[in-house]
This record gives sequence, structure tokens and C-alpha cells, in this order.
Amino acid sequence: MKCNKCTKKATVHLTEIIDGKVMEMHLCEDCARAQSQQMEQQFGLADLLAGLTDFGKHVPDVQQAVSVLKCAACGLTYEDFRKFGRFGCAQCYVAFKAQLKALLKKIHGASVHLGKRPSREISLVAVPQPSLPGDVAPPPQEDTVESLRAKLQAAIVHEDFEQAASLRDKIYGMEGRS
Amino acid sequence: MELNDLIHHTGEWLKGTGPFGHIVLSSRIRLARNLTLAPFTNKAGKKDMEAVLKAVETAIGSIDQFKGSVFFRLNELDNVGRQFLVERHLMSHDHAASPQGKAVIVSPEEALSVMVNEEDHLRIQVMQSGFNLDGTWEIMNAVDNALSEQLPYAFSPEWGFLTACPTNTGTAMRGSVMMHLPALVMTRQINKVLAAIAKLSFASRGFYGEGTQAIGNFYQISNQVSLGHSETDIIQNINGLIRQIIEQEEQARQALLVQNRSALEDKIWRAWGVLKSARIISSQETIELLSIVRLGVDVGIITALATTTLNELFIMIQPAHLQKIDGKKLGAAERDIRRAQLIREKFQAA
Ligand SMILES: [Zn+2]
Ligand SMILES: [Zn+2]
Repeated sequence: MKCNKCTKKATVHLTEIIDGKVMEMHLCEDCARAQSQQMEQQFGLADLLAGLTDFGKHVPDVQQAVSVLKCAACGLTYEDFRKFGRFGCAQCYVAFKAQLKALLKKIHGASVHLGKRPSREISLVAVPQPSLPGDVAPPPQEDTVESLRAKLQAAIVHEDFEQAASLRDKIYGMEGRS
Repeated sequence: MELNDLIHHTGEWLKGTGPFGHIVLSSRIRLARNLTLAPFTNKAGKKDMEAVLKAVETAIGSIDQFKGSVFFRLNELDNVGRQFLVERHLMSHDHAASPQGKAVIVSPEEALSVMVNEEDHLRIQVMQSGFNLDGTWEIMNAVDNALSEQLPYAFSPEWGFLTACPTNTGTAMRGSVMMHLPALVMTRQINKVLAAIAKLSFASRGFYGEGTQAIGNFYQISNQVSLGHSETDIIQNINGLIRQIIEQEEQARQALLVQNRSALEDKIWRAWGVLKSARIISSQETIELLSIVRLGVDVGIITALATTTLNELFIMIQPAHLQKIDGKKLGAAERDIRRAQLIREKFQAA
């Protein structure tokens, strides 16, 4: 497969969903790097977040779904995290796990905690999302925006783009966007 | 205890009684903690923030270290009240700026305080007088253990305490020491020292909070890295750095006294004279002169004034404090007059 922007061999495959349509982009390594630099400028990234989209490092011949990576619990996208430099909830650490190791290493020079532990440890993966007092609990059987986002995430990972597009439409519908 | 009960004295950490009190004003440790029961503050709705407030308020009720503490909901304080707490180093400017759904807990001696729903659900702070990070950590560790018995902390065994900002992840601890370094400034060595601090990945900022210039020759030095080292290792690293800076400041003070005593005495007594006599004075000028007078007290040139009085003045001369003391709103021009009057009173009593 040839690069969409030049004639070299495409090794980076990006998937984005724009207005409910699946956009696939196939790029060579050079164009992908240029694209990521453009994205960084566009989003005004903090210095410390720069360099994470160093495609040269983990030469990927795999699907890059980073552009739509999203935390299912709070809805924060990885893009937004990179833009603002703040996580939205503890689950973001699980959702962005693959990206975080490099980031934490860059900031702290290490990526493993050696400090104290809390008296009571709560498993992060199984963090319950209890309905808060006073919150209107969503009907359990029906899809929520949150659960649809999780499904969308899964669909993208499994390259089921038709399903992904329809899920995205559904989410937009529920959020009152067109 | 109410806000107004705090007006006429200052926190225990300002007494100037701690180790190396002639150079180190205070030691502070801050821990960031989040609860699994709500998203982080930037994604939290009204109900989420309320749930966090309630959970924390309940938890502290049964913890010894919080006995006698006050739980201030920020939306129940006016602007001056919130500013007053910022001036006392009990909360950040950011926390005061958007008071909805936020609170600050203050212990009677002000050694322990907690911002609730700042960038992280909990920002716990312990402050002690002088150079005493070890003692500060001991208090903090016990408080944190007690809180974690009651509150579900967001924690990962791999990455430690999970914070809104990745620069805090891990121990989520910031240890800092407030140093008064007038001799390093006068002998023009301070930039060299600050450059060395930055190179070792420690941060330095002013007395009056993040982003403020180092007026009054105060420098707050803290760790940058929070992951990959234990809390006590981080503290030992800061301690090592602080000891070196203390030594350099001592040497600079000695050099000034030996080589240039008359010039130093002149500078100190002129500062004393202005503070004792001025009828109108800005906070900027006050802080600069107080710093010189403090040096005079520290090296024994001025003996009629206690360090505690000076330390307190650094806090009391700020805008919200002057207004709280008078119990009414004061414009900038009125404050400059009131400030000069307050300083004269304190200096006359000496
Ligand atoms: Zn190309
Ligand atoms: Zn999240």
C-alpha cells in the first residue's frame, strides 16, 4: 500500500471518525512524523507531552487508533489529555496505559512507584462507578453515552469500522449533536 | 473556630522557632490524593463535588489530628475571606478563584490544612517552623494513613497515587522549604544557586505563591520528581540540597559582616528607619525592607525585635489581612496608610 501523501510505502495506518464517517489514512513514516508534528502545533501541546508521537521509535505496522482513544469512564479523549495535560479520572490511567509509561518516564525519569501504599487498597480495574447520592441513575439495560463510548472503543480496536460509525452516530444523537 | 478567630495571630509555622530559623522560615509537605468515588475535579459535576465534600467532612470527624479544625466551604466566604486564607498560605490562588463546590479545612494551629476539590480531590498540607522536613513528613504520614482508612484513594500499585496532572503521579508529594537568602542576593551569587537548583530538578519560587517573583529574598525550594523514589528518599534529597544552600548563605553573611560591615549596618538601619517612620508604604517596599531588617536581627545587628514579630508582619501587611483587621473594605491608597500604621505599632512595641 502506498502513502496517501507521497509514493513511498505506507507503514502507519490512522483511523479517524469524522462526522460519523470513517476516515482511514495510510502514511509512510516520514509523512506520519510530519503529520504528528502538525497535530502537535495545532493542539499547542505542552513541552513535556511532545515527542510521544515519535513514530520512529515504535515503528508501527499496526493500526494506530490513538486519535480516537478515549476513557470510557469520564469520556476524556487522549487528544484532550495531550492538549490540557490533565486526566479526567482514575480510569484514564487504565485507558491510556500504553501511552503513559513513556510519558511518566519522560517526566520523572522512572515509571514505577516506590513510595507508600494506602491503608486500604482498591483495585483500580474493578473501580465501581456508584451512582452518587442525588444523581439520577440511568436505566441499567439501556445504552448510556458512556457504555456506547466503550463499545465504540472496542469496535475501533477490532477494526469494525461500520459498527464504529453507527455507534458514533448514536452517541452524537444522544449528546444532541448532529 | 471562625475565620475571624485567626486574625490576631498567625500559624504555628511562622513562629521562627524551628531548626535554622535564621535562614529557613518553614518546611512544608503537600500530598495530592483522589477518591475513586468521583471523577477528578476538572471532570466532576456539582453532585460529584458535593459527594467528595461530604465524604471528606465525615472522614475528618473521627480523626484525632483534625480535632478542632474548621471546614470552610469557599462559597460561604466572601472575596476578602478567601483572599485572607490564600495570604496565610492555607490555600492556592486557583482554589480561591472558583469557589463553587470547594472547601478548605484548617487545623487550630494552622499546621495542617486540606484543600478539597482543588485540582485533586484532596491537597493535604502540613507546615512546620524552620528546617524540619522529617518532622513534617512524620505528621503528614500519620494524617494520610488515617484518611486512607476511611476514604477510597485512587491508587495503582504500579504508578502509585493517581493525580489529575501526570507531574504529580506516584508519591504525589511535594516537599518544600521556604528560605530567606538576602546575603546570597546582595553578594550576587543567587543566580548561580538557582541555576544549580534547576539543574538538579528542583523548583524555586517566591514567598507569595506559585508564579510570584522572589520578593523579600524568599525562595521556596521543592522537589519536581514524584515517581520512582520513596517519600523519605525525596525528602533526604531535598535536605541535602537545603543544607548546602544554608551553608552558602551563612558564608555570604559572614563575608558581608567581615568585609563590608559599615555598608551592611547602614543598609539595615536605614530599612529600620523607614519602617519605623513611614506614613504611606506599599506592600512591595514593606517586604523588601522587612527582609533587610530580618537579616539585621539574624546577624545580631538589631536586637530589639523578635523574629516572630517580623515573620508575622510578612503575613499581616497583605491586603486581605489589613481589611480583616479593620473589619472593613479598604482601597489601595487606604491600605498603604493602614499598613504603615500597623508596622509603626509593631516597631514601637519593640
Ligand atoms: Zn509519505
Ligand atoms: Zn477518565
